[in-house]
Amino acid sequence: MQNKSTRALYLIPYSAWIILFVIAPIALVVYYSLFDIHGDFTFANYRAFFSSVYLELTLSSFWYAFLITLFSLLIAYPTAYFLTKTKHKQLWLLLIIIPSWINLLLKTYAFIGIFGQYGPINAFFTAIGIGSTQLLFTDFSFIFVSVYIFIPFMILPIFNAIDRLNPALIDASRDLGASPWTTFRRVILPLTMNGVKSGIQVTFIPALSLFMITRLIAGNKVITLGTAIEQQFLVTQNWGMGSTIAVFLILFMFVIMLFTGQKEKGGASDGKTK
Amino acid sequence: MKEIIRAAVAVIAVSALLLYINSQLGKTSGSTGSDTITVYNWGEYLDPELLKQFTEKTGIRVVYETFDSNEAMMTKIQQGGTSYDVAMPSEYMIEKMKEENLLVPLDHSKIPNLENIDPYFLDLPFDPGNEYSVPYFWGTVGIAFNPDLLKKDFDFTSWEDLWSPELRQQVILVDSAREVMGMGLNSLGYSLNSTDGAELDAASAKLDELTPNVKAIIGDEIVEMMRRNEAAIALTWSGQALDMMYVNESIDFSVPEEGSNLWFDNMIIPKTAANVDGAHQFINFMLEAEVAAQNADWVGYSTPNAAALELMDPEVTGDKRFYPDEKIRENLEVYRNLGPEMTGEYNERFLRFKMGMN
Repeated sequence: MQNKSTRALYLIPYSAWIILFVIAPIALVVYYSLFDIHGDFTFANYRAFFSSVYLELTLSSFWYAFLITLFSLLIAYPTAYFLTKTKHKQLWLLLIIIPSWINLLLKTYAFIGIFGQYGPINAFFTAIGIGSTQLLFTDFSFIFVSVYIFIPFMILPIFNAIDRLNPALIDASRDLGASPWTTFRRVILPLTMNGVKSGIQVTFIPALSLFMITRLIAGNKVITLGTAIEQQFLVTQNWGMGSTIAVFLILFMFVIMLFTGQKEKGGASDGKTK
Repeated sequence: MKEIIRAAVAVIAVSALLLYINSQLGKTSGSTGSDTITVYNWGEYLDPELLKQFTEKTGIRVVYETFDSNEAMMTKIQQGGTSYDVAMPSEYMIEKMKEENLLVPLDHSKIPNLENIDPYFLDLPFDPGNEYSVPYFWGTVGIAFNPDLLKKDFDFTSWEDLWSPELRQQVILVDSAREVMGMGLNSLGYSLNSTDGAELDAASAKLDELTPNVKAIIGDEIVEMMRRNEAAIALTWSGQALDMMYVNESIDFSVPEEGSNLWFDNMIIPKTAANVDGAHQFINFMLEAEVAAQNADWVGYSTPNAAALELMDPEVTGDKRFYPDEKIRENLEVYRNLGPEMTGEYNERFLRFKMGMN
């Protein structure tokens, strides 16, 4: 039998970790957000966030993050579904995951070459007679590269959810006369919703604050909250405003987590519905 | 019990490791004593061969570190983790550092080679009497362009050329608020240090009209894109333009007549210096005619050292694009430190301009 004090002892490492690496940094960000450039205490940064370009910036960040998440999901879901049907599914999964081990910046630089005026895609376009097109620095290239980067993160949770789905349930649905579409809509999709939610979480939140890709691939024609934070810290040296934007980014993350959070209700993943 | 200890040790170990890394980052081998100095410079901005020469000559070892923006440099000097002995900030940053008391006054008796510098570059408004700084390199902001890729002949003697409808989606801008806002202000004939709300509004409106022509707003990637014929026109610094021309010979450079920015990078001794005497020796060494000439050859930017110019290839020093004569220089303006509010205002306007691109 363990008494209470031993249990409290067990908590020390974890709470120390949480305090040092989670709570303290967030507290610092909030603290800095309450000071203006002269180091005076103020709420002006928060007013500035709501009155100026930053609101528009937030909307456009959300719009792009939404598009990136949507396209990632549209591609990832069928991919994950067919992966579970293949013979060597773990191998295929591994092959899809491997590119995500390569440094993000490296992959981004590769796309500068691929999309370039003399890159392979434009060479192909010229060969089939469409002619060279401006690919780099467009909305298309920005979304394409972002989707490419996030796809593995979207596939993984969805794959796990589909893989754990009890095949008996699908057979039952067919036996009872449901069409494949109905089976998918009423059985498979609801039971894999948790995987989809996790996928959305790990895609949408980082997509909100992408910043290197906005410069290298979108040529700063797409501006996200991440770019704004970088600017405030490194160029304007207005740490207060930078921190304020960061505070809102953290708040948005909490809201998204709330919406996509897993409800521990016996876990739909093992095939038992409430 | 074992697990707790193990976990606790892990937490402490990670914290200790981070602290260690932090302290290492702060003072990378910065054991500045009487026989070492730490030099803090822009990347690719000094011939490494010269550091060896300096050590051979004086016995002082040089620890060399680089930064990529004036602001990053100032932040590090402010924090004071490393004892930097010499740094090379731009002129507006010197004004700012002076205000913040981050500079050590120079002892001119220890820098006799100061007389090698062209008097035009001495006693400038950002540092009267060169009390704190000695000019290192100078240059301009202008337009690099590749005539081979343009359908119509442009010489870009006017900023207005950039607004031509023929140049749709062709212009690359450098991702820097001062340069882009300065271009907007200059194109309207205003000062690039303007703090007048109406003038800034006009400049922002003017820049918004440029949007259809803008291909991208990027950083140092500009050089590579111009070299590989990916882009035809770029707003950039003179030295970067020269970097492009080394590789791609079709590229030309022009400083528009309405005016542009004239900038100076300067050697200073920051308050963090531990070896002030060694720092003076280093500055004096860099001002020697042969050293300055070799350095200018290697770096490619324009040297303010008149004695060095005589030793250099006249083809280089006679090139008006990179060594504009005084008549052209009269049209150019030096950045003034605008203060934190105005810097914020410039950045806000630049951010709005970028957001208007889509």
